[in-house]
Amino acid sequence: MKRLLDVLREECGLTGTKEGCGEGECGACTVLIEGVPVNSCLVPFAHARGARVTTIEGLNGSHPLQETFVSEGGAQCGICTPGMILAATVLPGDAELEEIRTALAGNICRCTGYEGIYRAIRAAARARPRQGDPQPASRAEPGADAER
Amino acid sequence: MRTAMSRLTLVEPRTLTEALGILHEDPSRTPIAGCTDVYVNLNFGTLPDTRFLDIWRLDELREIALDGEVLSIGALATYADLIRSPLVEERLPILAAASREIGGAQIQNRGTIGGNVANASPAGDTLPVLAVAEARVVLASADGVRRVPFNGFYTGYRASVRRPDELIAALEIPQLSGRQWFRKVGTRAAQAISKIVMAGIRSRSPRLAVGSVAPTVVRLPETEAVLAAGGSIDAARAALAREIQPIDDVRSTAEYRRRVAENLLARFWRETA
Repeated sequence: MKRLLDVLREECGLTGTKEGCGEGECGACTVLIEGVPVNSCLVPFAHARGARVTTIEGLNGSHPLQETFVSEGGAQCGICTPGMILAATVLPGDAELEEIRTALAGNICRCTGYEGIYRAIRAAARARPRQGDPQPASRAEPGADAER
Repeated sequence: MRTAMSRLTLVEPRTLTEALGILHEDPSRTPIAGCTDVYVNLNFGTLPDTRFLDIWRLDELREIALDGEVLSIGALATYADLIRSPLVEERLPILAAASREIGGAQIQNRGTIGGNVANASPAGDTLPVLAVAEARVVLASADGVRRVPFNGFYTGYRASVRRPDELIAALEIPQLSGRQWFRKVGTRAAQAISKIVMAGIRSRSPRLAVGSVAPTVVRLPETEAVLAAGGSIDAARAALAREIQPIDDVRSTAEYRRRVAENLLARFWRETA
């Protein structure tokens, strides 16, 4: 019954994933399981067995969203940022503002007023090919470590 | 204060038959799936249960399919599955509408319709939809399968006719006619628990159900009868006021809920005319 969040942070040392509310309201702990955004504070580790889990570390600092969150002022205190970026990775390249807002409805930011975040996501979309598919996110590999 | 996770035990059956066998031997186990409710209580140390049955991987409970004219929705269908399903969009679009307003994408990707029914919150957003659809709850146990009307499923606050050795396997939606309508009122458009949630179907025999105004989701037979008989909207509002028992709590007040429920009724009638 261990939480995926705790295994990632405490056993894999992947502390880019943050704990905010612990009840699925804030999205700070968002990771991708097989490319699908989930709140890792509400996922038993057992549900990640054999699955590809992507954390912010898995984007290697080189994902277009990571660059535009910096250049567009999409991050301030930074606690929500890893979750925001992972939630945004599933958006198609040509997402309209309303679609972006819906995709990020489960991620709360108390600093930016969201405008910088939306700007960053649209800037990243312009910077990458329009395939309408999620970016082929490189993965954090908790697999071997996390099976302990 | 967090529940000490080390005290908890989890079994993970691989098939429905195995799961039902485990529940038959030990009905004290709590079934869990998407865990979006159960971990909230675990994280805050308010869940008394320590023994769980994990049914998340039972793909046989995930299917959404037409069986003749009956739409069968597996208990493990997530809100995201319901939003994406062409069958749900065609047969019961208000179920997709309700699902879109539950949590954010992360919750919609994990939370299940079976969990919404089992959790039995009076504020559950799919519940008024299932009530006006006159859904049937398919309950499976080692003894076999039984079907109970959704409108007779709850017996009180967070209490139902489900026996501890039974799993909710599916929800069955009969063929429906009439114009469907859904509206949730919360603090904000996303990530909010309902202050009031209402579903309706406009036909010669209108159906209305409302959540967050009583210990369970409620149908409004008296209000429906007024509308069916061609009564005025004021008469219907008065009937509704008699049929709900809202309370003051952390999310809202009884007075606000009563007023908004009446306004939603009027809006339902206007928008489906």
